[in-house]
This record gives sequence, C-alpha cells and structure tokens, in this order.
Amino acid sequence: MTAVALGNGAVWPGIAWALRRDLRLALRSKSELGVQLLFYAIVVTLFPLGVGTEPALLRALAPGILWVAALLASLLSLPRLFAADFADGTLEQIALSPHPLPALISGKIAAHWLTSGAPLTLVSPLLALQFGLSGTELGFLALGLLLGTPTLSLLGAVGAALTLGLRAGGALLALLILPLYVPILIFGAGAVEAVHSGLGAGAELSLLSAALLAAIVGAPFAAAAAVRIALD
Amino acid sequence: MSSHLINWFRFASPASFFPLAGRIARWFAVPAGLLGAAGLWLGLVVAPTDAQQGDAYRIIFIHVPAAWMSMFIYLVMAGWCAMSLTFNARLSAMMAQALAPTGALFTLIALCTGALWGRPAWGTYWAWDARMTSELILLFLYLGFLALRQAIEDPRRADRASAVLALVGAVNVPIIYFSVRWWNTLHQGASVSLTAAPKMAAIMLMAMLLMTFAAWFYAIAVTMVRARAIILERERRTAWAGTLAGVVQ
Repeated sequence: MTAVALGNGAVWPGIAWALRRDLRLALRSKSELGVQLLFYAIVVTLFPLGVGTEPALLRALAPGILWVAALLASLLSLPRLFAADFADGTLEQIALSPHPLPALISGKIAAHWLTSGAPLTLVSPLLALQFGLSGTELGFLALGLLLGTPTLSLLGAVGAALTLGLRAGGALLALLILPLYVPILIFGAGAVEAVHSGLGAGAELSLLSAALLAAIVGAPFAAAAAVRIALD
Repeated sequence: MSSHLINWFRFASPASFFPLAGRIARWFAVPAGLLGAAGLWLGLVVAPTDAQQGDAYRIIFIHVPAAWMSMFIYLVMAGWCAMSLTFNARLSAMMAQALAPTGALFTLIALCTGALWGRPAWGTYWAWDARMTSELILLFLYLGFLALRQAIEDPRRADRASAVLALVGAVNVPIIYFSVRWWNTLHQGASVSLTAAPKMAAIMLMAMLLMTFAAWFYAIAVTMVRARAIILERERRTAWAGTLAGVVQ
C-alpha cells in the first residue's frame, strides 16, 4: 500500500485511498477505539459525582457536559491522525504522491471522524439518558453531534499537523484548538437547550451545518499547508 | 517599475529595515509619551466625576483603548502572517512575532481593567458577557500563537506554522464573537452595555481619543524595538549584524 503505486493524481481516488487505508489501520487496533469511547463515558460520569445528583441540575448541565466531553475526546484522539505516519516516514511518502495533499488529508480526516466522532455520536443518547433528557432532546443532541463532530475533526487536523513532532505536543494542541472549538460547543449545546425551551433547534443546526461546510472547504487546505511545513 | 516600489522592497530586507525600525521607534515613542500624559491628565484630573459611577468610570480611559488595540493588533498580525506565507518574506514573520506579545499584553490589560471596572459598576468582577468572553478567547489565541512559536526550534518553521495558526484564528475570530454574543443573548440579556451608556461628554471623548492614539503609538514603538531585537537575534551570523555589534567576524 505505498503511495507511489497510485497512478495519476486525482481528488476522489486520493480521498478514497486515504480513507480506506486509515480505516483499515484503525480497525486493526480496535482497543484504541474502545478506549476513546470509555474516556468519553468516564468524563461524562464524573460530573454527577462532582456536582451532585439533583435531577433538575443534571438535566440543565447535560448538554454542556456531553459536548465538553465530546470536545475533550476529540482532542485526545487527534494525535492519531498524523503522528504515527509522521514518525515512520509514511506522511512524507503521502505528501510525495501524485494525488493532491488536501484530498489525501480529507480522506484521513474522514476516517478519523468515522472512528472517533461517529461512534461517540452513537453512544451519546445512551449517556444522556443518565441525565434525564427527554426523547426529542436525545435526538437533537445526537443530531448536533453528528453535524458538529466532523467539524471538530477538520479543525483539529490543522492543530494536529501544526504540532507534529513538537515536544509539548499534547498540551499545546489543546491550547491551539480548544478556543477554535468554542462556536461548535455553543451551537451544539444550544441546540439541545433550544429544544428544551420549546424554541426549536433549526437555527443552531443550520449554523452547525454552515460551520461544517466551511470547514470542509477550508480545513483540508490549511492542514495540508501545516503538514508541508512540518515535513520541511 | 517605479522607484516607489523599489523603495518598499528595499525595506523588506532585515538589514535595511533595522535602522529604519530604530528611527520609527523614536518617532512614535515620544508622541506616545506626550499623548499618554495629556490623555491621563484630561481623563484623571480635568474630566468631571460621573454622576452614576463616580470616579470608577475613569478606568475606561485605559480599558477602551486597550480593548481596541487588542483586536486591531490581532488583525495586523494576521495580515503580516498572510504576507509572510504568500511572499515567503522573513521580515513579515518577524513583524508578526514582534506584534504578538504587545497584543497579548493589551488583551490582558483590557480584561484586568474590565474586571476592576465591573466590580463597582456591575457589582461583579466577571460576567459571561459576550465582549468579555470573546476577549478572553482572544487572549487564548494570542497565547496559543506565542506557545506554538516557543515550541518550534527552527525559526523558519515557527514562522510558517504560527502564520497558518494566526490565519485560521483570524477567520475564526468573527465566528467566535458572533457565536458568543448569540449564546449570551439566549441565556441572559447583557446587564449593562457600553452602547447604552449615556452620551459621553466632549472632554471625556477627547481624553479617550488621546489615550487611543497613545496606545497606538506605543504599540508601534514597542513593536519596532522588539522587531530590532528579533532581527539581531536571528541575523546574528550575518556580516552586517556582526559589524553592528562591533564583533570582528
């Protein structure tokens, strides 16, 4: 599976190749995926232990807790995107391939989301049940995560590429990326809150979709630029 | 090509910019001091005590210019970063590097003075007001920029990596600002807003303008001094920097 044997450069084959490769690699180390989900579940579980089990309080805090935990879980899984490929030189080969680098990185990001954001979205209603959210609220929480977590992976890819090979990588990544996650957190948690107050979550979900589309267009190019900087 | 253009490119070289930066620093440092002294005198001595807020309101003469500069400097910094990426010019990156600490300082001043003003005016040091929250996030963006530079040893890689970060941040700043504002209005209305404040007396406005220009000139002067230090540090192995330091190479 070397990048050299790919033939002529093209966008869609590049995306498909990187997606297949990263998915296969991720599925071969399933325990890593499980650990990330467990991290999410444990962080969410810690909050009732910290703030008490008052049902009204937990219900009010639930959207924020589930979203902040999703942000942290996304942050924790970001080094997986490039670090191993960077360490063994694969990333350099990928950058030399005839396919456009932003396309290959888009495929990697898609694989990252499918193995981090998507499972997290699937288990979130189960965890939210512990906080006493109603059925519709659970649905909108999951819908918000479905629209928001890909944006987290896209923005995070830029940060992960910028901090490649740096000593203070992990903490630095948090400092670089978490401020950029703020709008996603606000709209995502706001969607659940809006449903609860009877306003309807249309505006929040539209904004999450808009952020996702903008990130799809912009983030792969910024991440590709950052990867090239790291490889120099 | 006109001579005008050639002159500009001449100063894109650190060696020829170095003496110019020294002159600019001097030109702006003196007016910054004079304007600052005049502004403080007008603001603290001449301007009348506010009927509702007493003397505490005088913090705005520091607070508002600092808040303006904190946002403006980020934009200027992102502009230099864009130039450094597109033209691959070292001096542009050095300018961005020189601006960042001043921007972070103004953000911190705006936050601290805001808290000190908020206590007597609103009865609390901190409210999750949209402006305050986005100013805090702006501080994190500055600190992230500085931390990323610190973490990368190769200065050219640091230049380009921090430039990408600053540009991504600059795209996000308006989104963050509006998201925070919208989040805030969803939860609670802003208890006090600057725009709703009573119309400002002419003398207060004058003091504020003087302080704004003082902050602006100070930022330019300090940035130039810092840019000179950065140029010397990074060009220390070149012949011109050696002769400047009196070291025989």
